[in-house]
This record gives sequence, C-alpha cells and structure tokens, in this order.
Amino acid sequence: MDFSFTEEQSMLRDTVASYLADTYDFDKRRAAISKEPGWRPEVWKAFAEELGILGAPFSEELGGLGGGPIENMIVMEEFGKALVVEPYLPTVVIGGGFLKHSGHAGAADLIGEIIAGTATFAFAYAEPKGRYNLADLTTTAKKDGAGWVINGMKAVVVGAPFASHLIVTARTSGGQRDAQGISVFVVPKDAQGVSTRDYPTVDGNRASEVTFENVSVGADALLGPADNGLPLIEKVVDEAIAATCGEAIGVFRKLHEGTLDYTKQRKQFGAPISSFQVLQHRMVDMFIQLEQSISMTYMATIKLSDDAERSKAVSAAKVQIGKAAKFIGQNAIQLHGGMGMTDEMAIGHYFKRATLIESAFGNTDHHLGRYEFLSLGQAA
Amino acid sequence: MNLDFTPEENAFRDEVRAFIRDNYPAELRAAQDEHRALTKEEYLLWHRILAKKGWVAPSWPVEHGGTGWTPTQKYIWSEELANADALPVLPFGVSMLAPVVYTFGTEEQKQRFLPGIYNGDVWWCQGYSEPGAGSDLASLKTRAERITADDGKEYYIVNGQKTWTTLGQHADWGFFLVRTDPDAKPQSGISFLLIDMKTPGITVRPIITLEGGHEVNDVFLDNVKVPVENRIFHENQGWTCAKALLAHERSGIAGVARSKRNLEKLRTIAKTERSDAGGSLLGDAFFRRKVAELEIDLSALEFTELRTLAGESSGKGPGPESSILKIKGTEIQQRLQELALEAVGHYGAPFLRDLGDNFQAGPDYARGLAGEYFNGRKTSIYGGSNEIQRNIIAKMVLGL
Repeated sequence: MDFSFTEEQSMLRDTVASYLADTYDFDKRRAAISKEPGWRPEVWKAFAEELGILGAPFSEELGGLGGGPIENMIVMEEFGKALVVEPYLPTVVIGGGFLKHSGHAGAADLIGEIIAGTATFAFAYAEPKGRYNLADLTTTAKKDGAGWVINGMKAVVVGAPFASHLIVTARTSGGQRDAQGISVFVVPKDAQGVSTRDYPTVDGNRASEVTFENVSVGADALLGPADNGLPLIEKVVDEAIAATCGEAIGVFRKLHEGTLDYTKQRKQFGAPISSFQVLQHRMVDMFIQLEQSISMTYMATIKLSDDAERSKAVSAAKVQIGKAAKFIGQNAIQLHGGMGMTDEMAIGHYFKRATLIESAFGNTDHHLGRYEFLSLGQAA
Repeated sequence: MNLDFTPEENAFRDEVRAFIRDNYPAELRAAQDEHRALTKEEYLLWHRILAKKGWVAPSWPVEHGGTGWTPTQKYIWSEELANADALPVLPFGVSMLAPVVYTFGTEEQKQRFLPGIYNGDVWWCQGYSEPGAGSDLASLKTRAERITADDGKEYYIVNGQKTWTTLGQHADWGFFLVRTDPDAKPQSGISFLLIDMKTPGITVRPIITLEGGHEVNDVFLDNVKVPVENRIFHENQGWTCAKALLAHERSGIAGVARSKRNLEKLRTIAKTERSDAGGSLLGDAFFRRKVAELEIDLSALEFTELRTLAGESSGKGPGPESSILKIKGTEIQQRLQELALEAVGHYGAPFLRDLGDNFQAGPDYARGLAGEYFNGRKTSIYGGSNEIQRNIIAKMVLGL
C-alpha cells in the first residue's frame, strides 16, 4: 500500500501549476471566457507543445507520457485550482478513454492528434429527458450498408463549441432504457447533418445542444462493439468521474483557503471574524470534508483498474464529492458574507464550478442509488 | 500509489489470522456472546496470551517490546482482530501510559513500569478529569504538596477528586495529573504522578452510567502519600506528558476495523429484519440509504486514516490531523449503534437483566444494542470532546 506520488508525477504537478500561475490567473481567465470563442486555443497549444500534458495518460507507444488515471487526477486538480475551461476532460480523459479502450483501428492516429493538440472532443451522451441514466437513449443509429445513419438530439454537450469531434451514444436496437442495444460512435463535428446551438454555462464554460439529422457515418465510426457499448460507456464515464473528483479537490482547496484568508482579514466587533468559535468550527468541518474528499478521490482513482470494484468505488467517491461540493461551497459563500455574493470575487466562481461538479455525470442521489445497488443489492 | 498487499503482507495476514483462531480463549468468547460484564481475570486472558506471543504492544519501540511492524502490518493486525471479534487490549497501560514512560521516563522508571504493563501484571487507570475539569483539563485542582517525611525521603501529599476513571475498580495503579504549583499558569503547574491504588487514602466509588453498567468511577484522594520518584518527567511539566498522551489516545480512536466489522453485523441484522412492506429491511428505500451513506463515510475515514499512517511512516508523528480521525471515527461508531438499534425495532426495548431462568426476549442479535447505543454516546465526549477536537484543528492545522 502506497499513497505517495512518483518523482515524475510531482514534476507533472509542478509543471502544470507553474504554467497556470503565469497564464491563468483570475482576471486573465475572466477576460477569456467573457468573449468569443470562450476558451484560449493558444493555451491548448501550449498544453500540447510546451507542457506535453495532453499525452499524460497515454502509453509511450502512442506518443504519451506513459501515465494513467493518477496523472489525470493530478492535472485535473491543478485545473480545478485555476478553473481551467479548456477541454482536457472531454478530450483527453473521455475521447482518449473511448479510443484507448475500444480497440478501434484508427485509435492510435486520433490519440496522436489529441496529444498534438489538433483534435478536441466533446461527449454527446446526455439527452433532454434522459437525466443521468446512461442507457436512456432516444438518439438512434441505423445500419445503412456498411455504415450508420444517426438521428437525435443531445443535451448540454460540454465543450462542444471547442470540439473537432463528438463521441455520440446512440441506440442501435432495443427499447429506450435497455442496457443492450447501445453503441458508441465518433463523429466529426463538421459532418453533414450535425448542427449545434452553442451557449455559455453558469460556471464559465461553454456547451451546445447538438442535433443529428440523418448524419451518415462509415463503419469506422463505431467505437467498441455494436449493440453492447454500455460497459465501455460506463468504464469511460467512471474514469471521467474520478478525474472530475480530482478537479473538485482543486476547487475545494481554493474555496477553503479563500475562506480562511478572508475571515482572518475581515474584522467585525473589533476582531477578525476568524477568531469566532462558531466560524472556526464551520471551517474545520469544511476542512474535514476536504480531507475526506481527497481520500475518496485517491481511493476511486486507484481502483479504476479493478473492474470488480471500480463502479462502486467511483460512486462512493462521487457521493462524498457531491456532499462536500455543497457543504464547502455554500459555507464559503456564507462566511464571505456580502462579498461572497459579488461577481468580482473569485470565491463565487469556485462555488459555481463546485455546484456543477455535484451534478456532473450524476448527482449525489444518483450515485447513492448506484452505490446501494452495487453494495446492498436490489431494493426489495 | 497503489492499494496492493505484497505476498509477504498476505502471508502475515494468514499468520495472524491463524494465531487468533487457534489461541483466542473460548471462555472469553462465551462471556462476550452473553453480553455480560467481564471479570478482571477475563479481561486479562487475551492480553496475557498476546504478551506471551510478543504481540501485545505492536506500536512500542522494538527495544521495549514493540513488534517493529510496518503501518500496513498494523493495519492488517487491527483488521484481523476486529474480524475475529477479539477483545481489544485495554488501552490504559499499553497505549496511554507506556508511551509517556518510554518517552519521558528515566531508565529506572522504564525498567520498573514497562514490564508490568506489557505482561498485564499491573492494571492501570487514568486520573485526569475532575468534577470541575473536563474539556478544560488544565484547570484541574487535585493538589500535590511536596514534603520530606520522617524517613528522610521526599513525598507528594495528594488531595482531591478524579472522575470518569474507566475500570478503576480493577486498577492496581493509576497515572494522575496533579497540581504541584498552584500559583503558576494552569498548564505550567501540573505534574504527572504514578500512584499505587492500594495507598491509604484512596477511595474508588462506582458511577453507574445510563445504560446501567459500572464502567467508570470517582476516585477520591485524601492525604495520599506518593514517593517523589513516582513522578514522570520534571515537576510542573506534566502537561507535556499529558498532551503527548492525548495525541496517542486520539490516533487509535478511529476504530475503522471495528466499525467495518460492526457494519457487516448491521447488514446481517437488516437482512433478517422485515420492513413494514414485508421485504427485508435492507431492501427498504429509507433504511438502505442510511446504510449506504454510512458505508461511504466509513470508507472515507478508512482512506483518511491510511493517508495519515502513510504520512506517519514517512517520519511525521501523529499530528493534530488525528483529531479528524477522532471526530469522524466516533461519529461513525455512534451512527452504527444508532442504526443497529433502529433495525431491531421493538426488540430494542427489553432491558438486559438476568431474570434467573435464561429467558430472553427477541433475537440474539438484539441483545445489548440499546446498551451499546446509550453507552456509545461517551465516545464523542471522551478523549477531548469532538468540539475540543475542532478547536485543536482550528488552532493547530488551520492557524485560526
């Protein structure tokens, strides 16, 4: 049993942190996200060319750094501290994850493009009425000769405005919520029949409603097995959740530190408000939530490679992270008083990101339900 | 980062599991199953077997009898003990006093006191709290005045009252915090004394707690004469020992392995009990959600403890972060007791008393659950209440 980071992993963290300290302070971020295109392609280019981090979780044969989930966690934690909007999660973790695990013939080439920074991905899985059920799909893909024709609509596809490719989940057979009959496709966003309506999200990112109208793709668009794509989807989504938990740790650290700093300098009744026991205990409880979140993120990240334990571990971590997101986020605002309500202070921006992390890939209730099923069996 | 056990660690697990299976005393197992108060001899049965094997104090330095186990081995050991429902070794001598003796004691004191602690020949109790000094322990008033007696030797004459002395009714010796300088600041005038409980002037009076048990006691000290050489560390610097002891007390307090075992038992009970709808209670939407949340909380505690242990093995001692383990560990223990009592429904009510005819109302597993729940409220109060733990974290970790 070992909870230490290797020297390479510590270097990766330092590299990302020092780059973000120079390029990604609060004002620079705010300027970038408040105008088109809503992200900084030059930052993405630097991730690829200067830092080399877009290859962090890929093997050296594929041109990557030879890392895995722990490297994703490290990068995402640093991104959480800086509220990075550039699409590492959808591109490297999710797009890269589907390509790696699907055994697709073209995977090596596309991963090469990810590492080089030339291909960006968005994950078009959620549907307007599907809530968090990955199998609840009305989008269809019908066999058409050797290829497929996709029709349907995908909701809140985060990062789609920045993406060159979409990963699309679709029903190829069976009923709307069946576990069987689901397949995964990789579709260039500029394919005929794909239309997007782009918009900002409340945490400063961008997303799209994506419509597929008779989108014809070749046989090579299929990722993984036809009709039995759900296990692959669950595996990649579990990896995405673990990475998001990593991001959450970065966000929580900032919320907690920011609150300590603020209460130490804010004076009322002739004393720093940090000297009041009721606030001290609140900040201790925030700290405990943070520490437990770190523990659960490590646990889930390490267990990603254990197929028997993976989903249970990830849902447990997401429950902890979801509860902590609300507790730490809401109390950070509360302890900042009126200042916490202002757009000018960073604290509110971390709170908004924490809020969306709680619901990302299933909220706390969803993952409690999934955990219950996996740990306690079917409800009677 | 990995969670794998090495082949050596797996072999170690097999070894300790077999040892517990083959050596745990059957009469002690029977007494535990009956949920009755143990006699002094029963308490010591397992302690003595472990002492003989050399495993009674894994955390001690090797030169004093520690096993030299790695943090992972200690983790495995605590899991195996819990899984076997083995009685924990009483903490007063082994985990609370001994670290003070081997850290602050003289060579002579180590020779004199450590073997008795190790072998279980001397039963120790703790004299810390007083009626007027609980969370504010440093305000303690028990007075020790130094005199030279007719025999030409120096003694302390101790007067005062200690309380909440756990299992003091069995104790041969006690370790006491006493005030040797009434004029100094509260923390600076305290000394750490070892007192033979048979010394004239000591009276131990039972306190019956709300579940009906006799676990804690008042200890009255009336002109108790204690040789000066029974003082550990310098006069008026006992607070240093006290603080070190409290940190050790906190680090073992998470009780993760025991809680994992109790969670298993809770699940078994909830599978057997029926919900209002007639299915198993574990299938009940409300109850299973509470169990699931508790499991997740326990998992978070377990990995927080493992991270703390990993930090300790790289050279950091048990720091103020161990207060998190105390807070979360006791909250989880209490929640387990609460849910177990909830689970048995009506059969939480019968009061455990021997009616003389072996009659028992309700299922075996319901026995003692209410008592454990009531008694378990102590855990968030003792060892520095959970509110005090928050003060410690606020000051020592967050710098508030």
